[in-house]
Amino acid sequence: MKVMEEIKLMKGNEAIAHAAIRCGCDGYFGYPITPQSEVMETLMQEKPWETTGMVVLQAESEVAAINMVYGGAGCGKKVLTSSSSPGVSLKQEGISYIACAELPCLIVNVMRGGPGLGTIQPSQADYFQAVKGGGHGDYKLIVLAPSSVQEMADFTVLALDLAFKYNTPSMLLADGIVGQMMEKVVLPPFVPRRTEEEIRQQCPWATTGKVNRKSNVITSLALQAEEMEETNLRLQRKYAQIVENEVRFEEVQCDDADYILVAFGSCARVGEKVVELARNEGIKLGLLRPITLWPFPTKEIQRLAKQVKGFMSLELSAGQMVEDVRLAVNGTVPVEFYGRQGGVVPLAEETLAALKEKLVK
Amino acid sequence: MKTEIIIAGFGGQGVLSMGRILAYAGMLQGKEITWMPAYGPEQRGGTANVTVILSDERISSPVLQQFDIAVVLNQPSMDKFEPRLKSGGILLYDSNGMTRKPKRKDISIYRIDATDMATEMNAPKTFNMIVLGGLLQVVPVVEIDKVMLGLQNTLPERHHHLLPANEAALRKGMEIVEKEE
Amino acid sequence: MTAKEIIKPENLVYTKTKVMTDVPMHYCPGCSHGVIHKLIAEAIEEMGIQEKTIGVAPVGCSVFAYNYLDVDFQEAAHGRAPAVATAIKRLQPDKCVFTYQGDGDLAAIGTAETIHTCNRGENIVIFFINNAIYGMTGGQMAPTTLEGMKTSTCPYGRNTDIYGFPLKISDLLAELDGTCYVTRQSVHKVGNIVKAKKAIKKALQNSMDGKGTSVVEFVSSCNSGWKMSPHKANLWMEENMFAKYPLGDLKDTEKKHYGQ
Repeated sequence: MKVMEEIKLMKGNEAIAHAAIRCGCDGYFGYPITPQSEVMETLMQEKPWETTGMVVLQAESEVAAINMVYGGAGCGKKVLTSSSSPGVSLKQEGISYIACAELPCLIVNVMRGGPGLGTIQPSQADYFQAVKGGGHGDYKLIVLAPSSVQEMADFTVLALDLAFKYNTPSMLLADGIVGQMMEKVVLPPFVPRRTEEEIRQQCPWATTGKVNRKSNVITSLALQAEEMEETNLRLQRKYAQIVENEVRFEEVQCDDADYILVAFGSCARVGEKVVELARNEGIKLGLLRPITLWPFPTKEIQRLAKQVKGFMSLELSAGQMVEDVRLAVNGTVPVEFYGRQGGVVPLAEETLAALKEKLVK
Repeated sequence: MKTEIIIAGFGGQGVLSMGRILAYAGMLQGKEITWMPAYGPEQRGGTANVTVILSDERISSPVLQQFDIAVVLNQPSMDKFEPRLKSGGILLYDSNGMTRKPKRKDISIYRIDATDMATEMNAPKTFNMIVLGGLLQVVPVVEIDKVMLGLQNTLPERHHHLLPANEAALRKGMEIVEKEE
Repeated sequence: MTAKEIIKPENLVYTKTKVMTDVPMHYCPGCSHGVIHKLIAEAIEEMGIQEKTIGVAPVGCSVFAYNYLDVDFQEAAHGRAPAVATAIKRLQPDKCVFTYQGDGDLAAIGTAETIHTCNRGENIVIFFINNAIYGMTGGQMAPTTLEGMKTSTCPYGRNTDIYGFPLKISDLLAELDGTCYVTRQSVHKVGNIVKAKKAIKKALQNSMDGKGTSVVEFVSSCNSGWKMSPHKANLWMEENMFAKYPLGDLKDTEKKHYGQ
């Protein structure tokens, strides 16, 4: 008989912590902020330093935490930090340095309503910050948007794998709903932390001590403009590869759809319900859920644009991802937007009403 | 089959944990489940609510406009969620502290005097289990055995001596819940 | 005697430590950084820890420290070196980890990281170069700028009513339970150089022994920023800087351990 997988009930934030321990993370550095404090609380509760040897440290600020991530990633270690919107704003300088120094790591943003101190309720208004490069300079993050507790666990592992595949920071862009809700989850299998020797082989650039090689330097600084341009060109070549290889999305009833709702994360869950309601009324609606927000499923939207009458983007914001949908559609069919802001979640019924008003005429 | 439930009351009444116990029992029964709290500054004394969805199929939105079942444990929660019940839905309420009765005619209404019973049983902490027992008597969305198994699995060993009191509260709730006409 | 004979090992009275690279330094003539770099490099070689030493460079004049010291290095964002070093040491506890920071980096923009790293008693060394001015950006006021001292952002002298007071950050760090060794040194005279090197070695050993955070402050001159000749800058330093920042050990113990 097949051994039953162990199914657990937990919050999305807790799933991140368990997944990090299980996938062989070496370190977590964070600072408490609602609605994601359960990530660090769970790690502290689990005491992985006694089992896998993973280090967990509460930093004095989000700024310190992201720079600890820089230091850890610079050693080739598998490290992550988590925060929520205002805290992630504080991390932006560090993220820019990490991207330029080409260090693999994971940043989790469980978004809340902004701007400013805002609210602690769910939001997706950090989309621009995440996918357009929230810090200074030309850089990109691989951005994954989980829409269930299971994906909070799975994408923690995936995001770290992608980070190491491309030596680049990746981000889990979740929100208060996915972070706070509890669902069933099958946690990823335990993978031992890499040995020092394995790290030296996988990350020959890391500051693991100058043994039988030239000294390694982790830096994002260049004195000459030409040298810095070379760094930029290298980054852009890498980003082009990521665009080519790593686009991920999910479609619900798009095959015969006349209209497409585009939504990510928790909004995609609402979107699924909108599809149910619309189909009940005879409206052929499909849902496109970008899983990678960067790289964005531009080509898939272009493909769908040839067969549908219009798109509507549903977001917990004033309309951010809709701009990328419009860029992809490039004026061939209408692209509308519906969203709520400041922590208010649009319900399926009001979304369907908006869809009918704006698009289905 | 999908059941969409809202449980609402004061913070400190055990609203969130009651939802969690329900969700856990649903999981043990092989159902898809989502437990979504209205998290926020609503701590002890404020209002708290949690949406629990139990389903045989993949669950879409964890945030809902309308519910099949509303368990309301204070007046603000009755005011907020009575109008959001689907027609034919079920409202379960504790009359303690309520200033009015439910108004709607197109729903089934049940009353459970769980606050009084918890006091009578000298076990105020089992209040939410009395309510849960009442709910499961009215709508057996999960099996009582699964609730008890869930408690056994999730309570730390040192609290296992509380299991009999919880089971007694569940049974008592099943006894005292009443349909209102 | 030919040149080849002169450089025979038995004829050599001095060689550059192999922990220093051959990259020409960008520091101004008269600057203390070169001497301090050399002392750290010599200490690393003499202790045989080149393979296990990881440095963290700051933002400031010594931003390119990694070009001169031949050990693994990370270049941190402005002020964040202690946070970077914290993670390096926590994740590689067998390594000897140090930061190299100036007064603006350590005592202005990075004050929180400095204090909390020391307060956690991270087993690292903080080398703190205090020349009372921002050298790299062209001579602006630093947190350690002396009262009355002129800089480009206090051109009429540091008036404490307007700009606040010179920050004795090492004294503050010595108060913390996490630090084991806090000392103030200088490298402007041979005697001081000898003492400074001893302090460097002791601090690096503390990191290896897990005794807590060691802070070695070097009261330094910046003749370019101070707009003086190197010689005059040293005299001015002795007269004014040492009065505010007296040399010597502020603390020499072990970090506190409570419970467990």
